[in-house]
Amino acid sequence: MSPDLIDLSYLLAASLFIIGLKGLTKPRTAVRGNLLGALAMLIAVVATMLDQNIVSVTGLLIAIGIGSIAGTILALKIEMTAMPQLVALFNGLGGGASVLVAGAFLAGREFSERVTSGAGFADVLTATAASGLIGAVTLSGSLVAFAKLQELKFVKDVSFPGQKLVNLLLTVGAIGLGWMLVTQPEHAQLWYWVMAGVALGLGVLLVISIGGADMPVVIALLNSYSGLAASATGFVLNNNLLIIAGALVGASGLVLTRIMCNAMNRSLGAVLFGTMKSGGSSLSDDEVYTSVKSTSADEVAMMLEVSQTVLIVPGYGMAVAQAQHAVRDLTNLLLNRDVDVQFGIHPVAGRMPGHMNVLLAEADIDYDRLKEMDEVNSMMDQVDVAIVLGANDVVNPLARTDPDSPIAGMPIIDVDKARTVIVVKRSLSPGFAGIANPLFAADNALMLFGDGKQAISEITKAFDDA
Amino acid sequence: MLFSTLAMQEVDGVVKALAGAVQQSGGAAPLILLLTVFALAVFLGVEIITKIPPTLHTPLMSGSNAISGITLVGAVLATGADNGTWAGILGFSAVVFATMNVVGGFVVTNRMLAMFKTKK
Repeated sequence: MSPDLIDLSYLLAASLFIIGLKGLTKPRTAVRGNLLGALAMLIAVVATMLDQNIVSVTGLLIAIGIGSIAGTILALKIEMTAMPQLVALFNGLGGGASVLVAGAFLAGREFSERVTSGAGFADVLTATAASGLIGAVTLSGSLVAFAKLQELKFVKDVSFPGQKLVNLLLTVGAIGLGWMLVTQPEHAQLWYWVMAGVALGLGVLLVISIGGADMPVVIALLNSYSGLAASATGFVLNNNLLIIAGALVGASGLVLTRIMCNAMNRSLGAVLFGTMKSGGSSLSDDEVYTSVKSTSADEVAMMLEVSQTVLIVPGYGMAVAQAQHAVRDLTNLLLNRDVDVQFGIHPVAGRMPGHMNVLLAEADIDYDRLKEMDEVNSMMDQVDVAIVLGANDVVNPLARTDPDSPIAGMPIIDVDKARTVIVVKRSLSPGFAGIANPLFAADNALMLFGDGKQAISEITKAFDDA
Repeated sequence: MLFSTLAMQEVDGVVKALAGAVQQSGGAAPLILLLTVFALAVFLGVEIITKIPPTLHTPLMSGSNAISGITLVGAVLATGADNGTWAGILGFSAVVFATMNVVGGFVVTNRMLAMFKTKK
Protein backbone atom coordinates (compact mmCIF):
# COMPACT_ATOMS: atom_id res chain seq x y z
CA MET A 1 0.00 0.00 0.00
CA SER A 2 1.43 3.37 -0.95
CA PRO A 3 2.10 5.99 1.76
CA ASP A 4 -0.55 8.27 0.26
CA LEU A 5 -3.16 5.57 0.43
CA ILE A 6 -2.24 4.85 4.06
CA ASP A 7 -2.53 8.56 4.89
CA LEU A 8 -5.94 8.65 3.21
CA SER A 9 -7.04 5.69 5.34
CA TYR A 10 -5.86 7.62 8.40
CA LEU A 11 -7.92 10.63 7.33
CA LEU A 12 -10.95 8.38 6.95
CA ALA A 13 -10.32 6.89 10.40
CA ALA A 14 -9.96 10.33 12.01
CA SER A 15 -13.25 11.45 10.42
CA LEU A 16 -15.00 8.31 11.65
CA PHE A 17 -13.72 8.91 15.20
CA ILE A 18 -15.25 12.40 15.10
CA ILE A 19 -18.57 11.20 13.66
CA GLY A 20 -18.60 8.36 16.19
CA LEU A 21 -18.14 10.75 19.11
CA LYS A 22 -20.95 12.92 17.73
CA GLY A 23 -23.14 9.81 17.83
CA LEU A 24 -22.60 9.66 21.58
CA THR A 25 -24.57 12.88 22.04
CA LYS A 26 -27.86 10.90 22.01
CA PRO A 27 -28.63 7.50 23.58
CA ARG A 28 -30.45 6.52 20.37
CA THR A 29 -27.40 6.97 18.13
CA ALA A 30 -24.76 6.08 20.71
CA VAL A 31 -24.41 2.36 19.89
CA ARG A 32 -23.79 3.19 16.23
CA GLY A 33 -21.34 5.93 17.24
CA ASN A 34 -19.29 3.47 19.25
CA LEU A 35 -19.29 0.96 16.39
CA LEU A 36 -18.07 3.68 14.01
CA GLY A 37 -15.19 4.32 16.40
CA ALA A 38 -14.33 0.62 16.40
CA LEU A 39 -14.52 0.56 12.60
CA ALA A 40 -12.17 3.57 12.43
CA MET A 41 -9.69 1.74 14.63
CA LEU A 42 -9.89 -1.36 12.44
CA ILE A 43 -9.26 0.68 9.28
CA ALA A 44 -6.28 2.41 10.90
CA VAL A 45 -4.68 -0.82 12.10
CA VAL A 46 -5.20 -2.71 8.83
CA ALA A 47 -3.77 0.21 6.81
CA THR A 48 -0.75 0.33 9.12
CA MET A 49 -0.12 -3.40 8.75
CA LEU A 50 0.05 -2.87 4.96
CA ASP A 51 2.85 -0.32 5.41
CA GLN A 52 5.91 -1.40 3.40
CA ASN A 53 8.17 -1.15 6.46
CA ILE A 54 6.22 -3.87 8.22
CA VAL A 55 8.18 -7.07 7.71
CA SER A 56 7.08 -9.44 10.49
CA VAL A 57 3.33 -9.80 10.49
CA THR A 58 3.26 -13.07 12.47
CA GLY A 59 4.49 -11.54 15.71
CA LEU A 60 2.03 -8.70 15.30
CA LEU A 61 -0.92 -10.99 14.79
CA ILE A 62 0.04 -13.01 17.89
CA ALA A 63 0.26 -9.83 20.00
CA ILE A 64 -3.05 -8.51 18.65
CA GLY A 65 -4.64 -11.90 19.29
CA ILE A 66 -3.49 -11.97 22.92
CA GLY A 67 -4.65 -8.40 23.51
CA SER A 68 -8.02 -8.94 21.84
CA ILE A 69 -8.84 -12.06 23.82
CA ALA A 70 -7.74 -10.58 27.15
CA GLY A 71 -9.60 -7.32 26.49
CA THR A 72 -12.80 -9.06 25.41
CA ILE A 73 -12.84 -11.38 28.41
CA LEU A 74 -12.37 -8.45 30.80
CA ALA A 75 -15.06 -6.42 29.04
CA LEU A 76 -17.63 -9.20 29.08
CA LYS A 77 -16.98 -10.52 32.61
CA ILE A 78 -16.90 -7.22 34.47
CA GLU A 79 -19.80 -6.31 36.79
CA MET A 80 -21.40 -2.96 36.00
CA THR A 81 -20.66 -1.81 39.57
CA ALA A 82 -16.95 -2.37 38.86
CA MET A 83 -16.94 -0.19 35.73
CA PRO A 84 -14.80 2.59 37.31
CA GLN A 85 -12.03 0.06 38.04
CA LEU A 86 -12.12 -1.30 34.50
CA VAL A 87 -11.92 2.16 32.94
CA ALA A 88 -8.98 2.97 35.23
CA LEU A 89 -7.25 -0.25 34.18
CA PHE A 90 -7.76 0.36 30.45
CA ASN A 91 -6.49 3.93 30.92
CA GLY A 92 -3.33 2.57 32.49
CA LEU A 93 -2.81 0.13 29.60
CA GLY A 94 -3.10 2.98 27.09
CA GLY A 95 -0.56 5.06 29.02
CA GLY A 96 1.75 2.06 29.30
CA ALA A 97 1.55 1.47 25.55
CA SER A 98 2.64 5.08 24.93
CA VAL A 99 5.69 4.62 27.19
CA LEU A 100 6.65 1.42 25.36
CA VAL A 101 6.14 2.83 21.85
CA ALA A 102 8.33 5.86 22.56
CA GLY A 103 10.91 3.52 24.14
CA ALA A 104 10.83 1.27 21.08
CA PHE A 105 11.36 4.32 18.88
CA LEU A 106 14.56 5.18 20.78
CA ALA A 107 15.76 1.56 20.43
CA GLY A 108 14.93 1.43 16.73
CA ARG A 109 17.19 1.58 13.65
CA GLU A 110 15.81 4.87 12.27
CA PHE A 111 16.70 6.61 15.52
CA SER A 112 20.27 5.33 15.72
CA GLU A 113 20.86 6.31 12.08
CA ARG A 114 19.68 9.84 12.80
CA VAL A 115 21.94 10.09 15.86
CA THR A 116 24.97 8.92 13.87
CA SER A 117 24.25 11.35 11.04
CA GLY A 118 24.09 14.16 13.58
CA ALA A 119 20.89 15.60 12.13
CA GLY A 120 19.07 17.90 14.52
CA PHE A 121 15.76 16.57 15.75
CA ALA A 122 15.12 18.16 19.11
CA ASP A 123 11.38 18.39 18.35
CA VAL A 124 11.03 14.62 17.97
CA LEU A 125 13.08 14.02 21.10
CA THR A 126 10.92 16.46 23.06
CA ALA A 127 7.82 14.60 21.92
CA THR A 128 9.41 11.28 22.91
CA ALA A 129 10.14 12.61 26.39
CA ALA A 130 6.57 13.96 26.68
CA SER A 131 5.11 10.67 25.52
CA GLY A 132 7.14 8.73 28.09
CA LEU A 133 6.47 11.18 30.91
CA ILE A 134 2.69 11.55 30.45
CA GLY A 135 2.33 7.86 29.62
CA ALA A 136 4.17 6.76 32.77
CA VAL A 137 2.17 9.10 35.04
CA THR A 138 -1.02 7.75 33.42
CA LEU A 139 0.11 4.14 33.88
CA SER A 140 1.05 4.26 37.56
CA GLY A 141 -1.69 6.75 38.49
CA SER A 142 -4.35 4.58 36.85
CA LEU A 143 -3.09 1.43 38.53
CA VAL A 144 -3.25 3.13 41.94
CA ALA A 145 -6.76 4.40 41.12
CA PHE A 146 -7.70 0.84 40.10
CA ALA A 147 -6.35 -0.58 43.36
CA LYS A 148 -8.23 2.04 45.40
CA LEU A 149 -11.52 1.50 43.56
CA GLN A 150 -11.11 -2.26 43.91
CA GLU A 151 -10.45 -1.60 47.63
CA LEU A 152 -7.31 -3.72 47.61
CA LYS A 153 -6.01 -3.96 51.15
CA PHE A 154 -2.42 -2.86 50.56
CA VAL A 155 -3.36 0.55 49.18
CA LYS A 156 -4.28 3.11 51.78
CA ASP A 157 -4.80 6.84 51.58
CA VAL A 158 -1.26 8.02 52.10
CA SER A 159 -0.41 11.59 52.84
CA PHE A 160 2.68 12.88 54.58
CA PRO A 161 4.06 16.31 55.40
CA GLY A 162 5.94 17.83 52.49
CA GLN A 163 4.10 15.69 49.93
CA LYS A 164 3.49 18.68 47.69
CA LEU A 165 7.20 19.46 47.77
CA VAL A 166 8.12 15.85 46.91
CA ASN A 167 5.61 15.90 44.02
CA LEU A 168 7.09 19.18 42.80
CA LEU A 169 10.65 17.79 43.01
CA LEU A 170 9.66 14.65 41.11
CA THR A 171 7.96 16.76 38.42
CA VAL A 172 11.01 18.99 38.04
CA GLY A 173 13.27 15.91 38.12
CA ALA A 174 11.31 14.12 35.39
CA ILE A 175 11.30 17.23 33.18
CA GLY A 176 15.05 17.66 33.83
CA LEU A 177 15.73 14.08 32.76
CA GLY A 178 13.61 14.68 29.66
CA TRP A 179 15.80 17.68 28.94
CA MET A 180 18.93 15.50 29.24
CA LEU A 181 17.35 13.14 26.73
CA VAL A 182 16.89 15.97 24.25
CA THR A 183 20.40 17.36 24.69
CA GLN A 184 22.25 14.01 24.77
CA PRO A 185 20.56 11.82 22.19
CA GLU A 186 23.53 9.42 22.22
CA HIS A 187 22.46 8.35 25.75
CA ALA A 188 18.78 8.73 24.98
CA GLN A 189 17.72 5.28 26.18
CA LEU A 190 19.35 5.68 29.59
CA TRP A 191 17.79 9.09 30.24
CA TYR A 192 14.45 7.91 28.90
CA TRP A 193 14.03 4.94 31.22
CA VAL A 194 15.27 6.82 34.29
CA MET A 195 12.77 9.57 33.46
CA ALA A 196 9.99 7.01 33.02
CA GLY A 197 10.86 5.54 36.43
CA VAL A 198 10.64 8.95 38.13
CA ALA A 199 7.35 9.65 36.33
CA LEU A 200 5.95 6.32 37.54
CA GLY A 201 6.72 7.39 41.11
CA LEU A 202 5.08 10.75 40.48
CA GLY A 203 1.90 9.08 39.19
CA VAL A 204 1.68 6.94 42.33
CA LEU A 205 2.12 9.91 44.68
CA LEU A 206 -0.35 12.10 42.78
CA VAL A 207 -3.21 9.61 43.13
CA ILE A 208 -2.45 7.81 46.40
CA SER A 209 -3.62 10.68 48.62
CA ILE A 210 -6.93 11.18 46.81
CA GLY A 211 -10.06 9.93 48.57
CA GLY A 212 -12.95 7.89 47.20
CA ALA A 213 -15.47 10.64 46.49
CA ASP A 214 -12.87 12.59 44.49
CA MET A 215 -12.31 9.59 42.22
CA PRO A 216 -14.62 10.87 39.43
CA VAL A 217 -12.24 13.81 38.96
CA VAL A 218 -9.14 11.62 38.98
CA ILE A 219 -10.57 9.09 36.52
CA ALA A 220 -11.60 11.89 34.15
CA LEU A 221 -8.18 13.52 34.42
CA LEU A 222 -6.29 10.26 33.80
CA ASN A 223 -8.56 9.69 30.80
CA SER A 224 -7.40 13.04 29.49
CA TYR A 225 -3.74 12.16 30.11
CA SER A 226 -4.04 8.88 28.21
CA GLY A 227 -5.24 10.90 25.21
CA LEU A 228 -2.44 13.45 25.55
CA ALA A 229 0.12 10.63 25.76
CA ALA A 230 -1.25 9.18 22.51
CA SER A 231 -1.00 12.64 20.91
CA ALA A 232 2.61 12.99 22.05
CA THR A 233 3.36 9.59 20.49
CA GLY A 234 1.84 11.00 17.30
CA PHE A 235 4.39 13.84 17.37
CA VAL A 236 7.17 11.25 17.77
CA LEU A 237 6.04 9.23 14.78
CA ASN A 238 4.92 12.23 12.72
CA ASN A 239 1.44 10.68 12.55
CA ASN A 240 -1.65 12.91 12.28
CA LEU A 241 -4.14 10.19 13.22
CA LEU A 242 -2.54 9.63 16.62
CA ILE A 243 -2.47 13.38 17.19
CA ILE A 244 -6.14 13.91 16.28
CA ALA A 245 -7.51 10.88 18.15
CA GLY A 246 -5.35 11.66 21.18
CA ALA A 247 -6.45 15.31 21.17
CA LEU A 248 -10.14 14.32 21.04
CA VAL A 249 -9.70 12.08 24.09
CA GLY A 250 -7.59 14.69 25.86
CA ALA A 251 -10.35 17.26 25.31
CA SER A 252 -13.01 14.80 26.45
CA GLY A 253 -11.20 14.13 29.72
CA LEU A 254 -10.69 17.85 30.33
CA VAL A 255 -14.38 18.66 29.76
CA LEU A 256 -15.43 15.90 32.17
CA THR A 257 -12.85 16.99 34.74
CA ARG A 258 -14.24 20.52 34.63
CA ILE A 259 -17.83 19.30 34.98
CA MET A 260 -16.89 17.15 37.99
CA CYS A 261 -14.99 19.98 39.70
CA ASN A 262 -17.88 22.39 39.17
CA ALA A 263 -20.30 19.83 40.59
CA MET A 264 -18.25 19.77 43.79
CA ASN A 265 -17.49 23.49 43.79
CA ARG A 266 -13.81 22.64 44.20
CA SER A 267 -10.84 23.64 42.08
CA LEU A 268 -8.81 21.00 40.28
CA GLY A 269 -5.82 21.95 42.44
CA ALA A 270 -7.79 21.40 45.63
CA VAL A 271 -8.82 17.92 44.47
CA LEU A 272 -5.33 16.93 43.31
CA PHE A 273 -3.60 18.11 46.45
CA GLY A 274 -6.30 16.67 48.67
CA THR A 275 -6.99 19.90 50.45
CA MET A 276 -10.46 20.16 51.86
CA LYS A 277 -11.67 22.78 54.28
CA SER A 278 -12.57 21.15 57.56
CA GLY A 279 -14.65 22.34 60.44
CA GLY A 280 -17.28 24.88 59.52
CA SER A 281 -19.98 25.44 62.07
CA SER A 282 -18.34 22.66 64.10
CA LEU A 283 -21.62 21.23 65.32
CA SER A 284 -21.12 17.78 66.75
CA ASP A 285 -23.25 14.83 65.69
CA ASP A 286 -25.12 14.96 69.01
CA GLU A 287 -26.15 18.56 68.44
CA VAL A 288 -27.28 17.99 64.86
CA TYR A 289 -29.02 14.65 65.38
CA THR A 290 -31.33 15.64 68.26
CA SER A 291 -34.59 14.76 66.58
CA VAL A 292 -33.86 11.90 64.18
CA LYS A 293 -36.98 9.85 63.45
CA SER A 294 -36.65 6.33 62.17
CA THR A 295 -39.29 4.53 60.17
CA SER A 296 -40.15 1.06 58.89
CA ALA A 297 -40.67 -0.44 55.44
CA ASP A 298 -44.44 -0.79 56.14
CA GLU A 299 -44.73 2.88 57.01
CA VAL A 300 -42.84 3.92 53.87
CA ALA A 301 -45.12 1.67 51.78
CA MET A 302 -48.18 3.42 53.23
CA MET A 303 -46.75 6.81 52.33
CA LEU A 304 -45.98 5.66 48.80
CA GLU A 305 -49.58 4.51 48.38
CA VAL A 306 -50.88 8.04 48.80
CA SER A 307 -48.13 9.63 46.68
CA GLN A 308 -48.33 10.91 43.13
CA THR A 309 -44.69 11.69 42.50
CA VAL A 310 -41.72 9.82 43.93
CA LEU A 311 -38.12 10.90 43.45
CA ILE A 312 -35.25 8.47 43.99
CA VAL A 313 -31.79 9.93 44.60
CA PRO A 314 -29.09 7.25 44.35
CA GLY A 315 -25.48 7.52 45.53
CA TYR A 316 -22.42 5.33 45.75
CA GLY A 317 -24.18 3.33 48.51
CA MET A 318 -26.59 1.96 45.89
CA ALA A 319 -23.63 0.55 43.95
CA VAL A 320 -22.08 -0.94 47.10
CA ALA A 321 -25.37 -2.60 48.09
CA GLN A 322 -25.98 -3.73 44.47
CA ALA A 323 -29.49 -2.36 44.99
CA GLN A 324 -30.23 -1.27 41.41
CA HIS A 325 -32.36 -4.33 40.57
CA ALA A 326 -34.39 -3.96 43.79
CA VAL A 327 -34.92 -0.30 42.83
CA ARG A 328 -36.17 -1.41 39.40
CA ASP A 329 -38.75 -3.76 41.00
CA LEU A 330 -40.05 -0.99 43.24
CA THR A 331 -40.13 1.46 40.31
CA ASN A 332 -42.15 -0.90 38.12
CA LEU A 333 -44.61 -1.61 40.91
CA LEU A 334 -45.12 2.10 41.60
CA LEU A 335 -45.57 2.85 37.89
CA ASN A 336 -48.19 0.08 37.66
CA ARG A 337 -50.12 1.81 40.43
CA ASP A 338 -49.93 5.15 38.56
CA VAL A 339 -47.33 6.65 40.85
CA ASP A 340 -44.81 8.70 38.84
CA VAL A 341 -41.18 7.80 39.56
CA GLN A 342 -38.20 9.98 38.64
CA PHE A 343 -34.50 9.68 39.41
CA GLY A 344 -32.39 12.64 40.48
CA ILE A 345 -28.75 12.09 39.64
CA HIS A 346 -26.00 14.30 40.98
CA PRO A 347 -23.02 14.66 38.61
CA VAL A 348 -20.55 13.28 41.16
CA ALA A 349 -22.76 10.51 42.57
CA GLY A 350 -20.70 7.32 42.45
CA ARG A 351 -17.08 6.81 41.59
CA MET A 352 -16.98 8.03 37.98
CA PRO A 353 -18.97 10.40 35.75
CA GLY A 354 -22.32 8.80 34.83
CA HIS A 355 -21.82 5.82 37.18
CA MET A 356 -25.42 5.84 38.52
CA ASN A 357 -26.94 6.10 35.05
CA VAL A 358 -25.16 2.96 33.90
CA LEU A 359 -26.27 0.97 36.95
CA LEU A 360 -29.89 2.03 36.53
CA ALA A 361 -29.77 1.35 32.79
CA GLU A 362 -28.39 -2.10 33.60
CA ALA A 363 -31.51 -2.69 35.71
CA ASP A 364 -33.68 -1.78 32.68
CA ILE A 365 -34.86 1.56 33.98
CA ASP A 366 -35.99 3.86 31.16
CA TYR A 367 -33.26 6.50 30.64
CA ASP A 368 -35.94 9.17 30.19
CA ARG A 369 -36.58 8.86 33.94
CA LEU A 370 -32.95 9.68 34.81
CA LYS A 371 -32.96 13.42 35.41
CA GLU A 372 -30.16 15.89 35.95
CA MET A 373 -29.81 17.82 39.19
CA ASP A 374 -31.18 21.14 37.88
CA GLU A 375 -34.21 19.47 36.39
CA VAL A 376 -35.27 17.66 39.58
CA ASN A 377 -34.56 20.70 41.73
CA SER A 378 -37.04 22.75 39.72
CA MET A 379 -39.77 20.12 40.25
CA MET A 380 -38.95 19.42 43.91
CA ASP A 381 -42.09 21.14 45.31
CA GLN A 382 -44.25 18.57 43.50
CA VAL A 383 -42.38 15.59 44.95
CA ASP A 384 -44.42 13.75 47.59
CA VAL A 385 -41.72 11.32 48.67
CA ALA A 386 -38.01 11.59 47.97
CA ILE A 387 -36.03 8.42 48.65
CA VAL A 388 -32.32 9.00 49.23
CA LEU A 389 -30.49 5.73 48.63
CA GLY A 390 -26.84 5.61 49.69
CA ALA A 391 -26.17 9.30 49.05
CA ASN A 392 -25.08 11.80 51.71
CA ASP A 393 -22.98 14.87 50.91
CA VAL A 394 -24.80 15.53 47.62
CA VAL A 395 -28.07 16.09 49.53
CA ASN A 396 -26.60 17.95 52.51
CA PRO A 397 -28.40 21.32 52.91
CA LEU A 398 -25.36 22.75 54.72
CA ALA A 399 -23.93 23.35 51.25
CA ARG A 400 -26.56 26.09 50.88
CA THR A 401 -26.81 27.35 54.45
CA ASP A 402 -23.35 27.22 56.04
CA PRO A 403 -20.73 29.31 54.21
CA ASP A 404 -17.94 27.86 56.41
CA SER A 405 -18.76 24.24 55.70
CA PRO A 406 -16.29 22.15 53.66
CA ILE A 407 -18.99 21.68 51.03
CA ALA A 408 -20.19 25.31 51.03
CA GLY A 409 -21.44 26.34 47.61
CA MET A 410 -21.49 22.82 46.21
CA PRO A 411 -24.65 22.35 44.14
CA ILE A 412 -26.86 19.74 45.80
CA ILE A 413 -30.15 17.97 45.10
CA ASP A 414 -32.65 19.82 47.29
CA VAL A 415 -34.51 16.78 48.63
CA ASP A 416 -35.13 18.68 51.88
CA LYS A 417 -37.69 20.70 49.90
CA ALA A 418 -39.75 17.63 49.02
CA ARG A 419 -42.84 16.92 51.14
CA THR A 420 -41.30 13.86 52.81
CA VAL A 421 -37.76 12.52 52.61
CA ILE A 422 -36.89 8.88 53.30
CA VAL A 423 -33.17 8.31 53.85
CA VAL A 424 -32.12 4.69 53.39
CA LYS A 425 -28.78 4.31 55.15
CA ARG A 426 -26.96 1.89 57.44
CA SER A 427 -26.22 4.44 60.15
CA LEU A 428 -25.83 8.16 60.77
CA SER A 429 -22.14 8.01 59.80
CA PRO A 430 -20.88 10.99 57.77
CA GLY A 431 -20.12 10.97 54.05
CA PHE A 432 -16.80 11.76 52.39
CA ALA A 433 -16.78 15.38 53.58
CA GLY A 434 -16.83 14.10 57.17
CA ILE A 435 -19.61 16.39 58.36
CA ALA A 436 -23.00 15.78 59.93
CA ASN A 437 -26.04 16.10 57.66
CA PRO A 438 -28.92 18.15 59.17
CA LEU A 439 -31.23 16.61 56.56
CA PHE A 440 -31.36 13.42 58.65
CA ALA A 441 -32.89 15.36 61.56
CA ALA A 442 -35.19 17.57 59.48
CA ASP A 443 -38.91 17.66 60.33
CA ASN A 444 -39.90 16.13 57.01
CA ALA A 445 -37.19 13.45 57.04
CA LEU A 446 -37.43 9.82 58.18
CA MET A 447 -34.51 7.41 58.44
CA LEU A 448 -34.90 3.84 57.23
CA PHE A 449 -31.83 2.12 58.68
CA GLY A 450 -30.47 -0.96 56.93
CA ASP A 451 -28.83 -2.40 53.85
CA GLY A 452 -30.00 -0.58 50.72
CA LYS A 453 -30.99 -3.62 48.70
CA GLN A 454 -32.82 -5.28 51.59
CA ALA A 455 -34.60 -2.07 52.61
CA ILE A 456 -35.87 -1.38 49.10
CA SER A 457 -37.01 -5.03 48.70
CA GLU A 458 -38.92 -4.79 52.00
CA ILE A 459 -40.65 -1.60 50.88
CA THR A 460 -41.60 -3.29 47.60
CA LYS A 461 -43.00 -6.31 49.42
CA ALA A 462 -44.95 -4.18 51.91
CA PHE A 463 -46.33 -2.04 49.08
CA ASP A 464 -47.32 -5.10 47.05
CA ASP A 465 -49.09 -6.72 50.03
CA ALA A 466 -51.07 -3.61 50.84
CA MET B 1 -32.25 25.35 20.56
CA LEU B 2 -30.56 28.64 19.84
CA PHE B 3 -27.56 27.48 21.84
CA SER B 4 -27.24 24.26 19.93
CA THR B 5 -27.45 26.12 16.61
CA LEU B 6 -24.65 28.38 17.77
CA ALA B 7 -22.58 25.38 18.86
CA MET B 8 -23.13 23.79 15.45
CA GLN B 9 -21.87 26.94 13.78
CA GLU B 10 -18.78 26.83 15.95
CA VAL B 11 -18.10 23.21 15.03
CA ASP B 12 -18.58 24.21 11.43
CA GLY B 13 -16.04 26.98 11.87
CA VAL B 14 -13.50 24.64 13.40
CA VAL B 15 -13.91 22.16 10.56
CA LYS B 16 -13.40 24.95 7.98
CA ALA B 17 -10.29 26.10 9.84
CA LEU B 18 -8.97 22.53 9.82
CA ALA B 19 -9.50 22.31 6.08
CA GLY B 20 -7.77 25.67 5.64
CA ALA B 21 -4.77 24.52 7.66
CA VAL B 22 -4.42 21.43 5.49
CA GLN B 23 -4.56 23.52 2.29
CA GLN B 24 -1.92 25.98 3.43
CA SER B 25 0.38 23.28 4.71
CA GLY B 26 2.76 23.62 1.77
CA GLY B 27 5.36 25.86 3.34
CA ALA B 28 4.89 25.20 7.05
CA ALA B 29 7.44 23.29 9.09
CA PRO B 30 6.22 19.79 10.06
CA LEU B 31 6.19 20.57 13.79
CA ILE B 32 4.02 23.66 13.33
CA LEU B 33 1.71 21.68 11.10
CA LEU B 34 1.36 18.91 13.65
CA LEU B 35 0.76 21.45 16.42
CA THR B 36 -1.93 23.11 14.29
CA VAL B 37 -3.73 19.82 13.80
CA PHE B 38 -3.44 19.09 17.53
CA ALA B 39 -4.82 22.45 18.65
CA LEU B 40 -7.76 22.37 16.24
CA ALA B 41 -8.61 18.80 17.19
CA VAL B 42 -8.70 19.83 20.87
CA PHE B 43 -11.18 22.62 20.08
CA LEU B 44 -13.32 20.27 18.02
CA GLY B 45 -13.22 17.70 20.83
CA VAL B 46 -14.36 20.25 23.43
CA GLU B 47 -17.26 21.35 21.18
CA ILE B 48 -18.51 17.79 20.67
CA ILE B 49 -17.98 16.48 24.20
CA THR B 50 -19.75 19.45 25.81
CA LYS B 51 -22.94 18.32 24.07
CA ILE B 52 -22.88 14.77 25.40
CA PRO B 53 -25.55 14.35 28.13
CA PRO B 54 -24.46 13.29 31.67
CA THR B 55 -26.44 10.05 31.25
CA LEU B 56 -23.83 8.90 28.74
CA HIS B 57 -20.72 10.10 30.57
CA THR B 58 -19.56 6.62 31.60
CA PRO B 59 -19.85 5.13 28.08
CA LEU B 60 -18.16 8.31 26.82
CA MET B 61 -15.21 7.66 29.11
CA SER B 62 -14.85 4.01 28.19
CA GLY B 63 -15.39 4.76 24.49
CA SER B 64 -12.91 7.64 24.37
CA ASN B 65 -10.59 5.43 26.36
CA ALA B 66 -10.73 2.88 23.56
CA ILE B 67 -9.96 5.65 21.06
CA SER B 68 -6.88 6.65 23.07
CA GLY B 69 -5.68 3.12 22.34
CA ILE B 70 -4.85 4.55 18.89
CA THR B 71 -1.28 4.25 20.17
CA LEU B 72 -1.78 0.75 18.75
CA VAL B 73 -0.95 2.18 15.33
CA GLY B 74 2.38 3.41 16.68
CA ALA B 75 2.95 0.09 18.41
CA VAL B 76 2.33 -1.81 15.17
CA LEU B 77 4.85 0.39 13.35
CA ALA B 78 7.44 -0.13 16.08
CA THR B 79 6.96 -3.90 16.21
CA GLY B 80 6.55 -4.80 12.58
CA ALA B 81 9.54 -2.90 11.26
CA ASP B 82 12.92 -4.63 11.41
CA ASN B 83 14.34 -2.82 14.44
CA GLY B 84 16.23 -5.39 16.47
CA THR B 85 15.27 -7.54 19.46
CA TRP B 86 14.95 -4.93 22.21
CA ALA B 87 12.71 -2.62 20.16
CA GLY B 88 10.77 -5.71 19.07
CA ILE B 89 10.07 -6.78 22.67
CA LEU B 90 8.99 -3.26 23.66
CA GLY B 91 6.79 -3.03 20.58
CA PHE B 92 5.25 -6.47 21.13
CA SER B 93 4.26 -5.56 24.71
CA ALA B 94 2.92 -2.23 23.50
CA VAL B 95 0.74 -3.99 20.92
CA VAL B 96 -0.67 -6.33 23.60
CA PHE B 97 -1.42 -3.45 26.00
CA ALA B 98 -2.91 -1.18 23.35
CA THR B 99 -5.05 -3.95 21.84
CA MET B 100 -6.48 -4.80 25.26
CA ASN B 101 -7.27 -1.11 25.70
CA VAL B 102 -8.88 -0.82 22.26
CA VAL B 103 -10.84 -4.08 22.03
CA GLY B 104 -11.84 -4.17 25.70
CA GLY B 105 -12.85 -0.50 25.59
CA PHE B 106 -15.09 -0.80 22.54
CA VAL B 107 -16.67 -4.07 23.73
CA VAL B 108 -17.51 -2.80 27.20
CA THR B 109 -18.87 0.46 25.79
CA ASN B 110 -21.09 -1.47 23.41
CA ARG B 111 -22.28 -3.62 26.30
CA MET B 112 -23.17 -0.54 28.35
CA LEU B 113 -24.84 1.39 25.55
CA ALA B 114 -27.00 -1.62 24.66
CA MET B 115 -28.54 -1.33 28.14
CA PHE B 116 -29.83 2.20 27.65
CA LYS B 117 -33.46 1.81 26.69
CA THR B 118 -36.58 3.93 26.56
CA LYS B 119 -40.18 2.92 26.06
CA LYS B 120 -41.09 5.88 23.89
